[in-house]
Amino acid sequence: MSNYIVSLSPHAKGPLTTEKVMWGVVIALMPSFAFSAYYFGIRGIVVTLVATIACILTEFVIQKYLMKTTVTAFDGSAAITGLLLAFNVPSSIPIWEVILGAVFAIAIGKMVFGGLGRNPFNPALLGRAFMLASFPVDMTTWPKPVTTQWLWNMGASVDGTTAATPLGYLKEGVKMGESVTNLVAASPERFDHFNLFIGNVGGCIGEVSAFAILLGGIYMLYRKIITWHIPVFYLGGLALITGIFWAMDPTKYADPLFHLLAGGAMLGAWFMATDMVTSPMTVKGQILFAVCGGLLCGLIRMFGAFPEGCSYSILIMNAFVPLIDKYIKPTRFGKEVNYG
Amino acid sequence: MSAMILYPVIMLGAVAGIAAILLFLAAKKFHVEEDPRIDKVAELLPGANCGGCGYPGCRGLAEALVKAADKGDLSGLSCPPGGSAAMKAIGDALGLAVAETEPMVAVLRCGGTHEKAPRTLTYDGAQKCVIAHTVFVGEKGCPNGCLGFGDCVTVCAFGAMYMDEKTGLPVIDPAKCVACGACVKACPRKIIEMRPKGRKDRRVWINCVNTEKGAAAMKYCKAACIGCGKCVKECPEKVQAITLVNNLAYIDPKKCIACGKCVLVCPTKAILATFEPPKPKPVEAPAPAPAAEAPKQANVA
Amino acid sequence: MDLKTFKIGGVHPPENKLSAGVAIEAAALPKRAFIHLGQHLGAPAKPVVQKGDTVKVGTLIGTGEGFISAAVHSSVSGTVFAIDSVIDASGYKRLAVIIDVAGDEWEPSIDRNPELKKEIALDQKAIVEKIKESGIVGLGGATFPAHVKYMVPEGKKVDTIIINAVECEPYLTSDHRVMLERADEVLVGTQILMKALGVGKAIIGIEANKPDALELLSRKAKDYTGIAVQGLKVQYPQGAEKQLIKACLNREVPSGKLPLDVGCVVNNVGTALAVYEAVQKNKPLFERVVTMTGHKLPKKANFLVRVGTPIAQLIDSCGGIPEGTAKFINGGPMMGKAMVSPETPVTKGTSGVILVDGSDAKRNAPGDCIRCAKCVAACPMGLEPYLIEKQAEYALWEEAEKEDAADCMECGCCQFTCPAARPLLDNIRLAKSNVMRIRRERSKK
Repeated sequence: MSNYIVSLSPHAKGPLTTEKVMWGVVIALMPSFAFSAYYFGIRGIVVTLVATIACILTEFVIQKYLMKTTVTAFDGSAAITGLLLAFNVPSSIPIWEVILGAVFAIAIGKMVFGGLGRNPFNPALLGRAFMLASFPVDMTTWPKPVTTQWLWNMGASVDGTTAATPLGYLKEGVKMGESVTNLVAASPERFDHFNLFIGNVGGCIGEVSAFAILLGGIYMLYRKIITWHIPVFYLGGLALITGIFWAMDPTKYADPLFHLLAGGAMLGAWFMATDMVTSPMTVKGQILFAVCGGLLCGLIRMFGAFPEGCSYSILIMNAFVPLIDKYIKPTRFGKEVNYG
Repeated sequence: MSAMILYPVIMLGAVAGIAAILLFLAAKKFHVEEDPRIDKVAELLPGANCGGCGYPGCRGLAEALVKAADKGDLSGLSCPPGGSAAMKAIGDALGLAVAETEPMVAVLRCGGTHEKAPRTLTYDGAQKCVIAHTVFVGEKGCPNGCLGFGDCVTVCAFGAMYMDEKTGLPVIDPAKCVACGACVKACPRKIIEMRPKGRKDRRVWINCVNTEKGAAAMKYCKAACIGCGKCVKECPEKVQAITLVNNLAYIDPKKCIACGKCVLVCPTKAILATFEPPKPKPVEAPAPAPAAEAPKQANVA
Repeated sequence: MDLKTFKIGGVHPPENKLSAGVAIEAAALPKRAFIHLGQHLGAPAKPVVQKGDTVKVGTLIGTGEGFISAAVHSSVSGTVFAIDSVIDASGYKRLAVIIDVAGDEWEPSIDRNPELKKEIALDQKAIVEKIKESGIVGLGGATFPAHVKYMVPEGKKVDTIIINAVECEPYLTSDHRVMLERADEVLVGTQILMKALGVGKAIIGIEANKPDALELLSRKAKDYTGIAVQGLKVQYPQGAEKQLIKACLNREVPSGKLPLDVGCVVNNVGTALAVYEAVQKNKPLFERVVTMTGHKLPKKANFLVRVGTPIAQLIDSCGGIPEGTAKFINGGPMMGKAMVSPETPVTKGTSGVILVDGSDAKRNAPGDCIRCAKCVAACPMGLEPYLIEKQAEYALWEEAEKEDAADCMECGCCQFTCPAARPLLDNIRLAKSNVMRIRRERSKK
């Protein structure tokens, strides 16, 4: 007979494990993956798979041969990094650049800090920032979404149809001194809320369809992987700041709904800002983190040099997480007493 | 062209100069007057910051030593790893005499190996002795014995301990042990004892701390001290180093002459010696073991 | 009825109330009873019998020593075989009176008439004395000597008694059965407790997953003045003292303070029954209802067990230890203790025994913290378990004190919810005991 087990309470185990959480996020990213395949063809699938495999392999090699620890590369967290990195680049990006970005994201973004749970910045966003700094042209040339001949569309840039994203178009136009009203009139399909919602616009692989991202987000909420606070407050912050300026002068600034649906705001709010490792531990902290992130994103979009500010806003807020965790504490039971 | 080189040089030079002046002023202003002897004493300490002296690190002890030296008495302060050599050097530096202290070594007092005390329970939880101790008697059922999660090994700053996978017990390397006492403090069951190294490295000790009745203890450990008292009787009349309290024998290191007779009479072989004990001949005087074998830990079994 | 609950944290483990429909039955008498002298929180009782003495059911065998202690009575009749160390739920051997059972002869002073006795003859002081004499402790699991709660210090005012009938632990059903089968006794017991404190208000808190008990007690409580029944949301740890007070009265017990400080006394429903029996029937506490459960256990049961009966005997009468059993839990799966051996005897604090199957018994292998923040969200005390665990790892006790580690009530929500299966509570307990230690050392100085 085997030995009886003795341990301290609790003896009951909760429903979630790290693997279930991580693969749950991967499942939540699948609708976006399907949409990206539809819009960007095989090229989109190839870039996504390459990034994912490169991330898992990098983590595996580092854990097995450099750190010589237990290999946890297949727990799903590296897969998430790979997927998110791919979702943040245009589908026309050269494959070797994606691989380099993936290696950077895992090696420098995650493993140098000690691996899962210890990285201060979201590795996928760090990888994207690295790629944006290294390959600025490739990273900002977006192929037009193709919906008809997608199977044959091995490289959208091959046939030369590139398209500025709605945000890029807006930024360029505003820089030229054009008013928003005129820009919308010149290219109404870019500012069409329904197009933005289903993703029929130019952009990075996984960020175009707000609808697919929302599906994934609802799935994560249902599985209790994330709470609603960060996405809602991030988008709320973004809507607030863009809404204020829009209300002040609708000819100079785009409407808040456009800002919510365009670019990476949805992907960032649901999948990047909610990254467990790099977000605060308390609900109050998460709200502060998310609101500030949303405000920053809006400010960068409206006044910064880049058309898109989502990834930088989250990276900047990541840096504040240790500070937030140190000073923002949960409401302790029995500390602020209302009786006796 | 020369301006292109000259201006940066002047600029940087000026910045460097201003910074240097600021640093100099700051250093002057915030300078803390410190007894130069503290540095001197700290240099004589081993610098391992083990905390064996009871102070936070070697500098803490150095400060305490200098303070004590001003009062003219260094007694009560000592550096276990440095031993009397370090203390003597410090005493010389401070101009005070230091009493000679006996060199000590940590000794494990549990023989509950996998073989002698098989695991009958499985502990599932944080792998720390301090926690397992609060949960239950231990995987082998002995309420006093080694729990085997190696808290002592974790705290040893000198690499003098390791966990023997075969026996499930920690092993102390007497050559590396500096008697800082960290393991003694870390062990929740007080199994590790600090004992004098002994003349010629000869030590004898009871390898058990179990206080249960013999029959009860034997149920889970074949190497337990069962409190039979044979060793007490065997100990030479003039010496009487062994006492029996709570079903547990204890050898007083101050009285023990390290003859090794008790080692041979123990029915559970719960007495260990660092030397080969004399053969059980009816000879009164114990023959001293050959010097070459002396330092080797011969776990007489 | 609107359901109340506490405000922060909490989890919802699978309820698994397998034995809820099984009526209470008396367990067979043991051949030899092992009655521990330390069955309660505080100093163990001092034995007053010797080897060879003859005892009856209800004979005093140990007297309480000191302020926080409780008397111990024999649960069987027979002769004292020995006073020796026997393994108990703490995992160590503790002093116990071992009695060889012969017959079932009760002390004549005990009224064995099952008729309900409603009139409370004793006065306030006599009730508290009776509770003390009868060795009554909190039967919810904490085993705090009951009489201490009723000796209200000068200057403190109590206005409400809360009867804890929540039974928020999964699996356990002993309180549930007591409420269904002994409702009137529980209500009279509550009235006795109200009289002992001189208060006019009592609330019985019942979790909504026991609708039958909730309905029955609500109906019967109408016949008793001052007793209200409150339905509570199904959420663990609803039955924790401080959480229950928060839910029922919306009063928050300050950190480091007692329910007395917010004018409350909380007692378990089993304790109310024991008080009824002690005061009205002169029967000391020597038996209790124990839930026997486990997914593979052939027969689930709620036994009325004499204290000192080896648990192995109860398992035998439920069909024996099933194949593959790897863990025996004394109490609930969230706060109970895993037992070293099934030979451990039942004590006053044994609310149930759960036999856990191999794969369920083993914890998942701990991984790195992924900072998912689930432990922080689950902590009903508003602590940060991940942080205290880290502090325990580096022995930062002063820092742990600042993070209120001492407020932890060890409910286990954090570890239950942790996806990385980290031993959070193991380490928080360590931090807690060290914080207590440095506080003691500080107060000595």
